[in-house]
Amino acid sequence: MSNAALLSVEDVAVDLPTARGNLRAVDRVDLALGAGKTLGIVGESGCGKTMLSRAILQLLPKKAKLTGRVMFDGQDLARCSAETLRKLRARSLAVVFQDPMTSLNPVLTVGTQLIETLQEHLELDALSARRRSVELLAAVGIPAPEQRLTQYPHQLSGGMRQRVAIAIALSCEPKLLIADEPTTALDVTIQAQILDLLAREQKRRQMAMILITHDLGVVAGRTDEVAVMYAGRVVERAPTQILFKQMHMPYTEALLAAIPKLDTAPHTPLPAISGRPPDPTRPLKGCSFAPRCRYAASRCEAEKPLLASAETASHQYACFHPIKLAAGVGA
Amino acid sequence: MATLDLTIGEDVAAVPARRKRRLGRLFWAAFGWMIFVFAVALLADVLPLPSPTDMDMLERRAPISAEHWLGTDGLGRDELARLVHGARISLVVGVCAPVIGLTFGGALGMLAGYFRGRFETFVVGSMDVLLAFPPLILALAVTAYLGQSIFNLTCILGVLSIPAFMRVSRAATLTLARREFVIAAQAIGASHARILLRELLPNVMLPLLVFFLLGVAVIIVAEGALSFLGLGVPPPISSWGSMIGEGRESLEVAPQLAFFPAIAMFLTVLSFNLVGDALRALTDPRQGAL
Repeated sequence: MSNAALLSVEDVAVDLPTARGNLRAVDRVDLALGAGKTLGIVGESGCGKTMLSRAILQLLPKKAKLTGRVMFDGQDLARCSAETLRKLRARSLAVVFQDPMTSLNPVLTVGTQLIETLQEHLELDALSARRRSVELLAAVGIPAPEQRLTQYPHQLSGGMRQRVAIAIALSCEPKLLIADEPTTALDVTIQAQILDLLAREQKRRQMAMILITHDLGVVAGRTDEVAVMYAGRVVERAPTQILFKQMHMPYTEALLAAIPKLDTAPHTPLPAISGRPPDPTRPLKGCSFAPRCRYAASRCEAEKPLLASAETASHQYACFHPIKLAAGVGA
Repeated sequence: MATLDLTIGEDVAAVPARRKRRLGRLFWAAFGWMIFVFAVALLADVLPLPSPTDMDMLERRAPISAEHWLGTDGLGRDELARLVHGARISLVVGVCAPVIGLTFGGALGMLAGYFRGRFETFVVGSMDVLLAFPPLILALAVTAYLGQSIFNLTCILGVLSIPAFMRVSRAATLTLARREFVIAAQAIGASHARILLRELLPNVMLPLLVFFLLGVAVIIVAEGALSFLGLGVPPPISSWGSMIGEGRESLEVAPQLAFFPAIAMFLTVLSFNLVGDALRALTDPRQGAL
């Protein structure tokens, strides 16, 4: 990892106190992201993806406890004062949420929401803020942007709303954009458009992006690096191409196998991952994926595997029985 | 067979026509009455009416005539003039008291619902105390100490309405503060004040305004009840409640003296309720859809 990383998450853990005991939502995660790069975070529901993104933004629920360091642009976000944090969020961080139905204010027009954000952040006067909003809406592919300004979120379709949310996120020219499942609530046909839009704007603006998703297909062509999360931990991390070429973690393999393929015969059962993720309030002694893993041995249940480097330093995985895909394909 | 016309209109990208929301005749009738009462109350001094306090002892309880359109009361004062001037008092108290409740209750409720924690416990606790206190006793105590005046009456009723407004605004804020658009606002660096005023207030305002209209109706009745008991406005000022109270004494001889103000109050309260209900029906679906 280069030292000039824009964002580096160091040993971050998030604990949520619940009625059933302490819930460790994020378990000692290390990540780094350079300026202008894209990191994909993949994992199934409840594996801590969103909590990790909230931890980066310091927007965790009040009761949550965060340990570790979140270094952004040379500052530790976890130890910033509320005011510095607010200014930092205003200038360099932005988020796009999963559900555009709820991430826009229902009683304010699109224009109000956009123009006010611009006036606040870039200190523009009303007229130039308006002009800028029209440009932004046009940039995110909204037809007739002038008219959209006067409309309320409920008058727009889901895809349009997500575009507006992206426009608001881009409005303050962030250095880092966190897209938390930006396409989960959308139609498949719109998904690709939104992802392409994000990729295009990311390139144009040279911003770093964290793309959180449960769909390996989404990260495949659009990220520089992928981190696979399971039960709050990063279990495999690699540059995207390497990950797809030779994955080492059985969980990654199982995730990939669970993607429906076009060329299989109809009615072929989809290879699902059996069982359920472990109860996060009762941490397992060994590897958290062991109960569902087909390679699991006795050691996996007794000892927790740590992230170790594979062939290259950039490829890390946490498994005692890494699969050797290149060799194992035929066998 | 007719061919299906599948051409899509060219104006797809145009602004969708703002759907006319149907309010119905009842709403407009109620709204019209509200406007009428407000106008009459505002113009009471300009209207060619006899003085509401001039007594004519020769014409006590006069029937309806060209000179006195609604007759005169037990002291020979023109009933219509008293009704119109009474509308002033009823409306001033009926609107100002809920404004006090809306302002303080609304603000307290939003702060409590947004910041939670000890502040919320304190606010909710003190409101519970206020609610548990018998309102009539409080009104009696305050008028006994500070004297009868419109200002005191408005303040008492206003303070008594704070808890209800606080509850409405806190409940709305509680659900809204968890929504993603608030987190999104925080994520782009909005301050607490900004989130409260620009993100939450427009959302909380809708239920609060509807509740305000219903509150006006309740307060008009409450003012009537207090005036009826002699705790309201001091005589000779007329308010609808005090007029009903005075009319009660001559109910057998001149029942109209109690009925006219009662009808005026009934229609006005009904109008406020109808308008409030119609507005709530308007705002509800949109809240539900998003």
